[in-house]
Amino acid sequence: MKIQLRFFASVREKLGVSEQTVDVPDEIKTVGDVRAWLALRGADWAETLSAEQPLRTAYDHVMCEADTLIEDGKEVAFFPPVTGG
Amino acid sequence: MVVRVQTDDFDLNTEIKQLRENNPQIGAVVSFLGLVRDLNDGQNVSAMELEYYPVMTEKALQDIVVQANARWSVIDSLIIHRVGPLLPLDQIVLVAVASQHRGDAFAACEFIMDYLKTQAPFWKKEQTSTGARWVDARESDELARKKWQLD
Repeated sequence: MKIQLRFFASVREKLGVSEQTVDVPDEIKTVGDVRAWLALRGADWAETLSAEQPLRTAYDHVMCEADTLIEDGKEVAFFPPVTGG
Repeated sequence: MVVRVQTDDFDLNTEIKQLRENNPQIGAVVSFLGLVRDLNDGQNVSAMELEYYPVMTEKALQDIVVQANARWSVIDSLIIHRVGPLLPLDQIVLVAVASQHRGDAFAACEFIMDYLKTQAPFWKKEQTSTGARWVDARESDELARKKWQLD
């Protein structure tokens, strides 16, 4: 299954990537699984995506929780708490 | 409902005029204008960059307006949020709500702003005398949103 990853603000800067298409292994079923799987990429990824970080996630352009199921072709985004207005 | 995310500045009078144009049902318009300050968390701010998530940001703003419309009697509303580079004194955001009576417009406008602050994907990066920093989310904004929750 292929999904599109998006990273914003401080998360984008720490990881050095803003978007990427990835082929996800079969055992990755949820947004939380994607986060844990990406954390294996290296020290920066492990730290930025660790459970201690107040990270927000969106699936298909809507804020979501870790247990949200992913589907082929959809977009998963990771970003810090929002600070607009 | 109008939702716009743009780099360009806007004119409050022009926007309010358009919002209420040719609609004699409207008896009240409440607007909120957010501005760039030159001081934040004790540090001077010389410039700011606002990042957003195209598609999702517009969708989130529209969803907030839909929620407001479900709770109050709103005739029309407008959200304009600027992105990109901004300077102190610049306008950042305009929320305007038109209704028959002021109560609905006041409440819906504040609701939209409180939700925008915590739910719409925008991020501010400030330039200060000691370098650039991403603005941290405030707990007070989350508390402001929670006061609207219906149990």
